[in-house]
Amino acid sequence: MLRQYLVRRLTLLFFMVLLLSLFTFTLSYLFPGDVSTNLSGIDSAGFNANDQITEKYKLNENYLLQYFAFIQHIVNGDWGLSLASGQPVFEHVKTLFPATVELALYALLISILIGIPTGVIAAAYHKKWQDHVIYTVTLFAYSTPVFWLALILIMAFCLQLGLLPMSGRISLLFEVEHQTGFLLIDILLSNNTYKQAALIDAFHHLLLPSIVLATYPTAVLVRFTKDAMLDVLDKSYIKSARAKGLNHSQIIFHHALRNALLPVISQIGLQFSTLITLAMITEVIFSWPGIGAWLINSIYQRDFPAIMGGLLTVSLFVIIATMIADILNTILDPVSRNRSHGQV
Amino acid sequence: MRTLSMLCVLFTLLACSPAERKAGNLGLVYCAEANPASFNPQITTTGSTVDLISAQLYNRLLSIDPVSGEFKPELATSWQTSDDGKKITFTLRKDVLFHNTDYFTPTRAFNADDVIFTFTRLFDVYNPFHFVSEGNYPYFQSTGLDQLFRSVEKVDDYQVTFELFNADSSFLSNMATDFAVILSEEYAQKLLNNDNLEQIDVKPVGTGPYQFKQFQRDVMVRYYRNENYWQHPVALKQLVFDITPDSNTRIAKLLTKECDIAAYPSNAQIPVLEAREDLEVEMLANLNVGYWAFNTQKPPFDNVAVRRALAHAIDRNKIMQAVYFGNATAAHSILPPDSWAYQAQPNFPTYNPVLAKTLLEQAGFEDGFTMNIWAMPVSRIYNPNARKMAKLIQSDLKKVGITVNIIEYEWNTFLDKLTLHQHDSVLIGWAADSPDPVNFLSPILSCAAVFSGKNPSNWCNSEFDLVLTQAIDTNSIEQRKEHYYTAQQMISQQLPLLPIAHGLRLQAKSNQVSGINIPPFGGVQLANARKE
Repeated sequence: MLRQYLVRRLTLLFFMVLLLSLFTFTLSYLFPGDVSTNLSGIDSAGFNANDQITEKYKLNENYLLQYFAFIQHIVNGDWGLSLASGQPVFEHVKTLFPATVELALYALLISILIGIPTGVIAAAYHKKWQDHVIYTVTLFAYSTPVFWLALILIMAFCLQLGLLPMSGRISLLFEVEHQTGFLLIDILLSNNTYKQAALIDAFHHLLLPSIVLATYPTAVLVRFTKDAMLDVLDKSYIKSARAKGLNHSQIIFHHALRNALLPVISQIGLQFSTLITLAMITEVIFSWPGIGAWLINSIYQRDFPAIMGGLLTVSLFVIIATMIADILNTILDPVSRNRSHGQV
Repeated sequence: MRTLSMLCVLFTLLACSPAERKAGNLGLVYCAEANPASFNPQITTTGSTVDLISAQLYNRLLSIDPVSGEFKPELATSWQTSDDGKKITFTLRKDVLFHNTDYFTPTRAFNADDVIFTFTRLFDVYNPFHFVSEGNYPYFQSTGLDQLFRSVEKVDDYQVTFELFNADSSFLSNMATDFAVILSEEYAQKLLNNDNLEQIDVKPVGTGPYQFKQFQRDVMVRYYRNENYWQHPVALKQLVFDITPDSNTRIAKLLTKECDIAAYPSNAQIPVLEAREDLEVEMLANLNVGYWAFNTQKPPFDNVAVRRALAHAIDRNKIMQAVYFGNATAAHSILPPDSWAYQAQPNFPTYNPVLAKTLLEQAGFEDGFTMNIWAMPVSRIYNPNARKMAKLIQSDLKKVGITVNIIEYEWNTFLDKLTLHQHDSVLIGWAADSPDPVNFLSPILSCAAVFSGKNPSNWCNSEFDLVLTQAIDTNSIEQRKEHYYTAQQMISQQLPLLPIAHGLRLQAKSNQVSGINIPPFGGVQLANARKE
């Protein structure tokens, strides 16, 4: 049963990736300018390398062969050169993407740590004042635009109070060697004398962006956990537990929570795509050197190979993250395996 | 709830710890407005790049004292010019070491070979590095310097003779600009052996106060101090340039102490900065001009009457107030009033929309036309806010029936695209690299500059070039003045560009920082910078 389910999921994944790669490939034709320039990132006007590029991307052949050549280069890590920097796009992605994932992960962690307990509290005190307070706060969190929140926090904590820095991942004076791309891990791996100071400084830089980024998913998780809890609390086995004389906290923690968390876990996976979208805005405002800020900068500079590479990475990541969350959910929740159609 | 309160505690703890101050001891952060286009000033004329690299990484043979205007020895200790002015012999300084970096360890001190390598790269096609980075040396090509060298000969290890095709009164001042820096021949030889020629412009080796460590595009440039700097010990352990294109963000970072120096604050921000006790704002005289250049090869801008009509149609007083906030002088010639060859032009166009309309009608454009204005995306001394200026011009030109589209690109892309001459007109400017007036005229308006793509007016006038040549052929100041007067008159008659204003160079810094030297020409010098 589980194997059948996995096969179905993986087939879906395959077709999603196929469509995505087709779309990315089509972009090189849809963007203005030369197809060879859009693919390779080499402005052929100044070089005699034109023939070489045509040969490399099989531009004289039919579209199918061109597509296969394109896929082959993508798989080999040859994503062309960025028009703006002249450096390989893949190298940029390799250094920038971990920064985005790091930010998104911490934000997700915050929203799980805050969102789920708060949701449980709201459900436990349903229609009491605690619930009302939480409802009001989440309503705000839901409806506050992320860029506005970011600017308000910068105004308050950085410019007025001067407590926190407003840009980047770490004070630039700390030199941390790039190893994994995850800054906190890189700091711990480095052998600088200022390790501890660098770590504290990195936390400083992380605080505001991750709070801003966590706001919306936290609100979603609070609502979702609360609804799931209320759903479960309404079930007959809870009623019978209550009838047997179990107290409130026993019911919540031993009987309701476990079942209520199942749909929440799949919801966490779904939040990843929202998170990555919001991360782009957050990165621009906090000058966070991640893939989102780079992608937006590339659009501004009409750097087509970079735009293609950035879109491919981000979409691929979202698809795979959603898929993993889905599969995890299935492993934890046998009932969902019976759904005959895949969904993302 | 407990998690929430834990986080609150963590938040307060983190917020109060003195980590910020600890990082501050490690060096100085300079918030710069753009990525360096290269790490070799020979191949660029971009002011934002020169600020970051020239005086920090390299030295020249000689420099110009900004106060007295006299030449001062740098890597050359003395120099003699032959009677006919065609041979100049430099005696070089001994015991100067090049940078010892991760990618290069020098085995010998600076000597004549380095000077010969540096300058043969510019003009000698047999130098293996001549065609590296596309063989473009915009400053040297636009001033005609690359055509001037006959040879560079070694007399002994510490003496070099430059032989020129003809005497040139601006030769020494050109050799003192930020572009005439000395590279290491030994490093070049090593790259040649490894067949890695491009690296010479990417990973720099010089003799300057700081040495290259790391460049992360759109994020930062990191230098460490040169422990063996020949001139004096360097106080700062580290010098980091934080690449921050947005001027408001630069100021915000200055306020949060993420930057120690912010380049080019905008005039509108001055009151905020002056209100802070821990910050200082400096306004320095600077030789520069902000102008509006027309693409004179593209109709209708090939017509002088149209250019004059456009010049009469814009209200410069409004621009002076709204863009420069009074921190500039309105231009009456292409040269700034501080230049010794300055002459205010009597026929300089003034605001007169009625005349503009008449001129347009005479030229056959009763119904006006549509044009584009390229506005540079960064703030420069000569034009702190090109977008705003473009908008003001847009509204002024609408009154005479001309529709304007404003076009913007990222700064280095903008400069690259500008060399292709696809624009109708562009708002840009020029900041001088030496006090010599030829430095204003020839890099932006000569025919040579058209070919190297640095002439935004795309204007090649052989009479004008002749006047410039006559001016550098003579050593008599009076005669040179006459020639430069003629050149200025030609510009205000032909109007390949409309000079708008000469800006003051603004700089904001933390009051813990001292020792920053900004001469009226050329890039910022941070060799003596220190931080309390």
